[in-house]
Amino acid sequence: MNDNARTLMKQINEASFAMDDVVLYLDTHPDDKNALSYFHYVKGLREKAMRAYEAAYGPLFAESADSAEQWTWLTDRWPWEGEV
Amino acid sequence: MWRYEKRLQYPVNIKQTNPKIAQFIMSQYGGPDGEIGASLRYLSQRFTMPYKMQKGLLTDIGTEELGHMEIVAAIVQQLTRNLTPEQIVESGFGPYYIDHTAGIWPQSAGGVPYSASAFQSKGDAITDLYEDMAAEQKARTTYDNILRVVKDPDVCDPIRFLRKREVVHFQRFGEALRNVQDHLDSRNFYAFNPEFDKAK
Repeated sequence: MNDNARTLMKQINEASFAMDDVVLYLDTHPDDKNALSYFHYVKGLREKAMRAYEAAYGPLFAESADSAEQWTWLTDRWPWEGEV
Repeated sequence: MWRYEKRLQYPVNIKQTNPKIAQFIMSQYGGPDGEIGASLRYLSQRFTMPYKMQKGLLTDIGTEELGHMEIVAAIVQQLTRNLTPEQIVESGFGPYYIDHTAGIWPQSAGGVPYSASAFQSKGDAITDLYEDMAAEQKARTTYDNILRVVKDPDVCDPIRFLRKREVVHFQRFGEALRNVQDHLDSRNFYAFNPEFDKAK
């Protein structure tokens, strides 16, 4: 994984975790408008970082393996394999 | 990482309560050949699989099995809605009801709690893929057994879908096994374990 890929993955991980956390908060505080706008903010960050990552380094979901030429879902390393 | 989709892979809409049938079908939730065991088996085995195809296939089938677990639980839930005390006693659902009311809990049709002892993650690609093919057949047999005693078309329809997926998964695991063997020495597939030993 190169530096740019690592940076994008870090952004995805951070935005995704922020989403995971605020989703739980909104489940028990559905009327909190600040939390709701934070949800939309981090959702936008996550989508942007994911689009950039997938365009350069391959699919994060099987359904985003969108090459018409070859099946790219299996190409990259699996997340449990680490980087070493 | 996983994210939840708020839908069933195949719809479940059961009109008629039937706690007796619910107790049969719950075996495919937490029984020895049920969907929980299937999912845990594949999602555990994938970590030490040596080749990309098998890592991917076990991830994807293990994920689909989580969806099947949800379908089976939905069937059981809909079959046990609006139970009367008389229905509970007459149907034989009493022992389950006493311990779990109408809650969803992983056990076999015979009341044995879910156990990881019903599956293996052996750390050997050939062994594990044979186990997976056997598992799909055992689940297919269980769905056939269910279909012999269930008459309600609202129940049979999603059960038939789940049965067909067992057949498809069996086919895919067979192909994955053949692919593992293509990586190995055809004179002796067992000369070394590609998940543990180094190739000579």
